[in-house]
Amino acid sequence: MAENVKPRVRVPRSASAGEVATIKTLISHKMESGQRKDSEGNTIPRSIINRFTCDFNGQNVIDVTMEPAISTNPYFEFEATIPETGEFTFTWYDDDGSVYEDVQSVEVS
Amino acid sequence: MDFTRRETLALGAGAAALTVLPASAFAATVDELIAEFTGGADVADGGVTLNAPEIAENGNTVPIEVAADGAASIMVLAAGNPTPPVATFHFGPLAGASRASTRIRLAGTQDVVAVAKMADGSFARTSKEVKVTIGGCGG
Repeated sequence: MAENVKPRVRVPRSASAGEVATIKTLISHKMESGQRKDSEGNTIPRSIINRFTCDFNGQNVIDVTMEPAISTNPYFEFEATIPETGEFTFTWYDDDGSVYEDVQSVEVS
Repeated sequence: MDFTRRETLALGAGAAALTVLPASAFAATVDELIAEFTGGADVADGGVTLNAPEIAENGNTVPIEVAADGAASIMVLAAGNPTPPVATFHFGPLAGASRASTRIRLAGTQDVVAVAKMADGSFARTSKEVKVTIGGCGG
């Protein structure tokens, strides 16, 4: 499922050095659990995003292993320390091998 | 081919054992998953915060929040789901706090369990019952 996958991320545009900011991420994905059945009674195969990572200038902030029990359109909220001006890289790994990425820059004044 | 009563009983018991075994072999229980996560270490009660609603109207999206001071990773399990694992959060060097929130699916009223691995290698757990009005596994 590589269609209609759109990551949305909320990151502050600027911060003071060492500030801890709350980051919110949302990605549109149906997260098919592999438990549901279609109208003919066949199991719909599992198709989920199984991993999400957030890095800042190459240093890891959070790494989440995701299972089918994560809801449709996975949402995450977490805290990140911003030591310097740089870029947040958000990466989602799909079961089908697709990788979705979003980059947001933050300026430290 | 004739069976004595004794042989017939033994066959029945064997067949019953066979049908029971695969189910327990594949569906790892919460205890097994925790043991796998901790490597068999002792798990203390408390020290982890798990925020979840007491009553969730829709099991498809239940907001939860986990936090534990000084945790390196936190594993979340839903004891009553067809597959108990929910997610494991690993906090990196730039994590501002060992806290994360997300939305999860719950098949029905059940206990949600959070197990935290602290930076010093110890483990802590907590659980919370969530009542679910409409299950979130589809039918």
